[in-house]
Amino acid sequence: MSTHRSFFNRRLHSLLGVIPVGFFLVEHLITNHYATEGAQAFTEQVEWIWGLPFLPILEIFFIFLPLLYHGVYGLYIAFTAKNNVGSFSLFRNIMFMLQRLTGVITLIFVTMHVWETRLQVALNDYSADQLTHLTADLLSNPVNQVWYTIGILAAVFHFSNGMWSFLVTWGITVGPRAQRISSYVWAVVFVLVSYIGLSALYAFADPEFTNQLAQW
Amino acid sequence: MSEQTATAVEKKTVRFIITRQDSPDSEPYEEEFELEYRPNMTINSSLMEIQRTPYNAKGEKVAPVAWESNCLEEVCGACSMVINGTPRQACSTLVDSLEQPIRIQPMDTFPVLRDMVIDRNRMFDALKRVKAWIPIDGTYDLGPGPRMPEVERQWRYELSKCMTCGVCLQACPNVNDRSNFMGPFIIGQVDLFNSHPTGEMNKEERTDALIGEGGLQECGNSQNCVQACPKGVPLTTAIARMNREGTKHMFRKWLSR
Repeated sequence: MSTHRSFFNRRLHSLLGVIPVGFFLVEHLITNHYATEGAQAFTEQVEWIWGLPFLPILEIFFIFLPLLYHGVYGLYIAFTAKNNVGSFSLFRNIMFMLQRLTGVITLIFVTMHVWETRLQVALNDYSADQLTHLTADLLSNPVNQVWYTIGILAAVFHFSNGMWSFLVTWGITVGPRAQRISSYVWAVVFVLVSYIGLSALYAFADPEFTNQLAQW
Repeated sequence: MSEQTATAVEKKTVRFIITRQDSPDSEPYEEEFELEYRPNMTINSSLMEIQRTPYNAKGEKVAPVAWESNCLEEVCGACSMVINGTPRQACSTLVDSLEQPIRIQPMDTFPVLRDMVIDRNRMFDALKRVKAWIPIDGTYDLGPGPRMPEVERQWRYELSKCMTCGVCLQACPNVNDRSNFMGPFIIGQVDLFNSHPTGEMNKEERTDALIGEGGLQECGNSQNCVQACPKGVPLTTAIARMNREGTKHMFRKWLSR
């Protein structure tokens, strides 16, 4: 069994990227999208999630630990590659390079994002209202807007292209035609999920959102 | 000026910039060569020309460029080298199809022994590791083997074109000194022998070795291999097929213990 350790680790990395990490990413962006319906709608969503039973256990075992494993093992994978897009500027090779690049960007982004939001809530014992305020403040800063745009695009790219890769890694899309169609499908997913993520980001950044908060 | 002198003045030449290395441990260096153009010349014929008249572009007599070659018809895989950035066979690369100056480098994913001569032993070691053969030798006649379905035969024919040339290893971003990946070719070879009706009897052994250290899991789906392969071996399809098989193998092994 020990000789199959790296095979197992790599498969686990692939699986955790989808369940639960990929699933959580999409869920998170959809929740954020409630911000486009106003501060109240977003706060209600946060309260609903905070009302889930066993939340700390869900967060630790279904988000934090899988994410940590995927991130750390992913860094190892990224640094064992020797990118050669210079001599092989082919579509899939460029995607291969971008998958590693966006993975590293996403890891840095997510680390900062967890510190700026989730850990602040935990350290200061914020209410859902206060979290909405915190997020609106954070995203009213233009530097953060740019950084969050990069972070969301990197994460969504990594998710979409990772899904393409997942289907190959588990032997689901086998032939060249299936893999080509899968490329188109995940390109569409990339556009749609990016739209959901970015529209939430700009909703938070909108001065109107902050005005709504002030009127509470 | 008569037409004859004009052609003599504009004698067409081909310029080569060749990366040379005198021994396995010495530093590589570049040397330029200039050859008279001849129709239909290949990289292999150019290197033979240099071997006959080993003078560099400055007119200095040098040691002839060393390289390996054998079949001269792109089936043995010995003369693989990096030509204008692309790993390929010297014998089947026409000078007419290349931009000048033509840059020739060894496939440096492998240990360089001298000039273009590389050590491809890691590939043969990998073939041994995964048992890329069909064991039929015994003490008595086993009789005729099972028949092979035509679709299987067609699939296996494509995989059987692999000539262990090493181009896929040179093209793969995951074959390097930081990784222990055996290379894309090995996955095609396991598929080749696993899909043979007699070879299938030992498929568990091969799959088991393929998902060992440096195996299948090291593939990162850059798909350079299938684009670079001079024989058009459907490597990425074999990889995905073996991915399916490898996963099944892992679970079967777990649950049957």
